[in-house]
Amino acid sequence: MGLFWFYFRKGYRVVRNEVLVLPSRVVLVLFVATLLLLPAFTQDPYVLRILILTSIFAILAASWDLLSGYTGQMNFGHALFFGVGAYTAALLNLHGHIPPWGSIPLGGLAAVLAGLIIGIPCLRLRGTYLALTTLAFPIILMGIVFALPGFTGGELGISGLSRLSHSRIWDYYITVVLMLILCTVMWKITDSNTGIIFHAIREDELAVRAAGINTTRYKLLAFSLSGFFAGLSGGLYAHFMRIAGPSTLEVSMSFTVVIWAIFGGIVTIYGPVGAVFILFPMLEFFRFWPEYRTLMFAGVVLLILLYMPEGLLPWIRDKIEVQCPRCKIRNVATRKICRICTAPLD
Amino acid sequence: MRGAMFLDILITGLISGSVYALLAIGFSLIFGVARIVNIAHTAFYMLAAYCIFFVVQKGGFHPIWGMLAAFVIVTLLGLLVYKLFIDPIREHEGAVLIGTIALAIAMQEFMLLWFTGDYVSVPALIKGYVAISGVKVLYQQLLTFGMVIVILFALWALLMKTRLGLAIRATAEDREVANLMGMNDSRVAMTAMGVSVALAAITGAIIAPLTILTPFMWMHPLIMMMAVVVLGGMGSIKGSFAGAYILGFAEAIVVFLIPKGAFLKGSVALSIMILVLLIRPEGLFGIAFEEER
Repeated sequence: MGLFWFYFRKGYRVVRNEVLVLPSRVVLVLFVATLLLLPAFTQDPYVLRILILTSIFAILAASWDLLSGYTGQMNFGHALFFGVGAYTAALLNLHGHIPPWGSIPLGGLAAVLAGLIIGIPCLRLRGTYLALTTLAFPIILMGIVFALPGFTGGELGISGLSRLSHSRIWDYYITVVLMLILCTVMWKITDSNTGIIFHAIREDELAVRAAGINTTRYKLLAFSLSGFFAGLSGGLYAHFMRIAGPSTLEVSMSFTVVIWAIFGGIVTIYGPVGAVFILFPMLEFFRFWPEYRTLMFAGVVLLILLYMPEGLLPWIRDKIEVQCPRCKIRNVATRKICRICTAPLD
Repeated sequence: MRGAMFLDILITGLISGSVYALLAIGFSLIFGVARIVNIAHTAFYMLAAYCIFFVVQKGGFHPIWGMLAAFVIVTLLGLLVYKLFIDPIREHEGAVLIGTIALAIAMQEFMLLWFTGDYVSVPALIKGYVAISGVKVLYQQLLTFGMVIVILFALWALLMKTRLGLAIRATAEDREVANLMGMNDSRVAMTAMGVSVALAAITGAIIAPLTILTPFMWMHPLIMMMAVVVLGGMGSIKGSFAGAYILGFAEAIVVFLIPKGAFLKGSVALSIMILVLLIRPEGLFGIAFEEER
């Protein structure tokens, strides 16, 4: 009993001193709790379906940020990883009879391979050149998919995959929990030493090379890591929709990922995730005016960008939190002095 | 038979190569001057084609008025859109990128609402054709090719022989120094945007009678245009020109000689681009700046 009270008090202290002091952390905790507890309030299959797709795309957008935001390797062909993951999972599931828990990670590994293959020609290109070149890869693959309809299903895609699980609720928990875990992993990666090198490559590649770091290896690492996460989301998508079609490789797919990530704010991981959770359900909400749906989507993106060119979430975060000028710790904007070092905030 | 196919390939390759060349030059112009990756570039090309359709089919005017209207309206619209949406966020590279994507999608959706998604076509400026060894060569195709040459010459004269062209080239080379030399940076960018959109509009206007119009017709040229720019070397007009014809002919050859070629034409053309990049990362005629790429 004493042990229980000890942990209770400890937990309470952590919540009061570490979580409640910053609005962004409160929002994060509320977000995770809402996602996990939602099925207790509504089991509407439509709502669950939207949230499942949102979670899948959140992984995709965060993986774009890992590559293009952190390392600065602008990737306009992120649909390639998504499509390779989806098609590999679908083919393995249909022809190899591998259940989803095996085919999805294998799809991720296939996407790693794709990342290495496109990484090699792209290592010598930079900035806009790289962006325009990467756009080509999903289109090349799409041509191959169309040219081999016997193997890939052509325009119709591969359908009849096995379900992720036997019920919608389980589908929901699998994707949401996976999304939370994978995004945490990505966030941890970007926080680690490797992540710092990624940052540095974006800021000044020459300086990183001069510091004796093999930037080629790290760029390939970024390509394959990002490919792995995007491939996982592709596999999840294929098994949830029970079809892997050429729509996963379309140019608009690649563009949508870029829109999500930059809209939410790059180099944050939480930004793209938040953006998907705002934009994707919003697009569903616009279905009440089906003809104007995409137009309204484009309009919202344009208008928000005019006022927040750095992205939505970092802009909000800067409004509600300030950084202490002395110890660089974040504080609530309402505080007058820093909560750690008591330096005055301004 | 073989000769006929050769001629078919020649004509198709020349036409699509010319379109890609004009689009790619316009795209690299605004990129060079203002560092704007304008994804909406080919959306303006689509708008111009629909503008002709509207004037000719709905208004009942001669196609030449349609072409003029398309040129003027689309150029003005391009400048307006630049002033409203792109200029305020010019310093943020990523924001400009998705801003132009959103613009292109918005234009596509407008056209979808207005003209629906039906396939429509525009009458040719000059009707009729001449038969060369059994292959129909439309006068419109010859006219299109002739106009491409005229436009390219005019553009060359503008860039190389006028003070405005000098300002554009100087700003593309070094923005800060050009600014110090008394060139109004934002005005040059505005002008370059105008020239670039006007090029897209002309391209759309001259190709409209030869293709089928849909609100989604901007996607494929966009991809090929970007491939041309990368293949030829960014900011090099000569490179864009060569790259455009290489990819145009590659597409035509694949379509005519390989079964199911229509599916593979994009793949083959883009694979050629990637193979060239493996050997020459700066493109065919590009100059390797250490910071640029």
